[in-house]
Amino acid sequence: MAINVDDLNTFMIDVLKELGNIGSGNAATALASMISKKVDMGVPAVKILEFKDVAEILGGEENLVVGIYFELMEDIVGNMMFALDLDSAINLTNLLYGRQKDTKDLDEMDISALSEVGNILASSYVNSLSALTGLKIFISIPSISVDMAGAILSVPAIQFGHVSDHALMIETIFEEDAKKVVGNLFLLPDINSFGKILSALGVQ
Amino acid sequence: MSILTIKVGMADLNVTKSPNILTTLGLGSCVGIALYDKVNKIAGLAHIMLPSSKEIKNNQNRAKFADTGIEELVKIMLKEGANKNNLVAKIAGGSQMFSFSSNNDILKIGERNVIATKNILKEMNIKIISEDTGGNYGRTIELNSLDGSLFIRTIGHGEKTI
Repeated sequence: MAINVDDLNTFMIDVLKELGNIGSGNAATALASMISKKVDMGVPAVKILEFKDVAEILGGEENLVVGIYFELMEDIVGNMMFALDLDSAINLTNLLYGRQKDTKDLDEMDISALSEVGNILASSYVNSLSALTGLKIFISIPSISVDMAGAILSVPAIQFGHVSDHALMIETIFEEDAKKVVGNLFLLPDINSFGKILSALGVQ
Repeated sequence: MSILTIKVGMADLNVTKSPNILTTLGLGSCVGIALYDKVNKIAGLAHIMLPSSKEIKNNQNRAKFADTGIEELVKIMLKEGANKNNLVAKIAGGSQMFSFSSNNDILKIGERNVIATKNILKEMNIKIISEDTGGNYGRTIELNSLDGSLFIRTIGHGEKTI
């Protein structure tokens, strides 16, 4: 099934949203049990963005963010990314380590904890997608970068650049109860994988 | 005269005259190509995403690729009164933001963008007088059309003018 990002109908977008819903639901549960806090999940959004607007989803090109990036392999090829701003990242590590750190630096321990959180979120998301579609999906080890939003988002944007003038992202926003931790989880399958997912779900 | 700062987005390009500034924010694996004619004080900046328009079917946006992006940029600069023989280039970006053990082409795209940019500039006889490329971090760049200087700002990797 050939898919064109610039020309998706509302039905296809609804299917992708529902996919995001199921994946994120599992991921939110996993996050809640890790930090022992209630976690709210926003309604997943399917965003089709022009390249120049991509960085706006993470607060603008120069906003400092933490990006935890994964490769998807086997039946579904593409990427997942969990992104959060620096304050959220520090608050999240504080919750995990049960401490109160007031510096704005992330040390090696923090980076390691954030990678692991990303790993658990991405794995639970992918597992539920795999169960739903019957497609085999493997996930790589996490790679983390703390840098400008524009630079981090250039990686998925370039992948869409091969096939389109727009980037398509299935985004879910997670919020810890007191809004101390807000993160965005993105599913970024490559264009052929979109077709496979839709076919597996019986969308013609 | 007031100085304008003109933003160049991802897969975008623009040209201006002295004393305006062209800027592109948060370059990651993309490459910023700054061209300058110091005699006529005309500056051009392109923010390309991919090495070649020839590898890809969907290639209408010329600013997306190193090959067509540089061609287009030069064309507009000449139209604005620049002289091809005066043009020099400075390039920045092309970093690898994430690293994996596998040899994934997608993640090496920064390096490929830099190589393609250099090849095309060489073919067009435009000399690269300075560059700040590679690494694993983002860059914001500002091209000053008054003197052709290229200011580079990073998070945690310093600032410099090349």
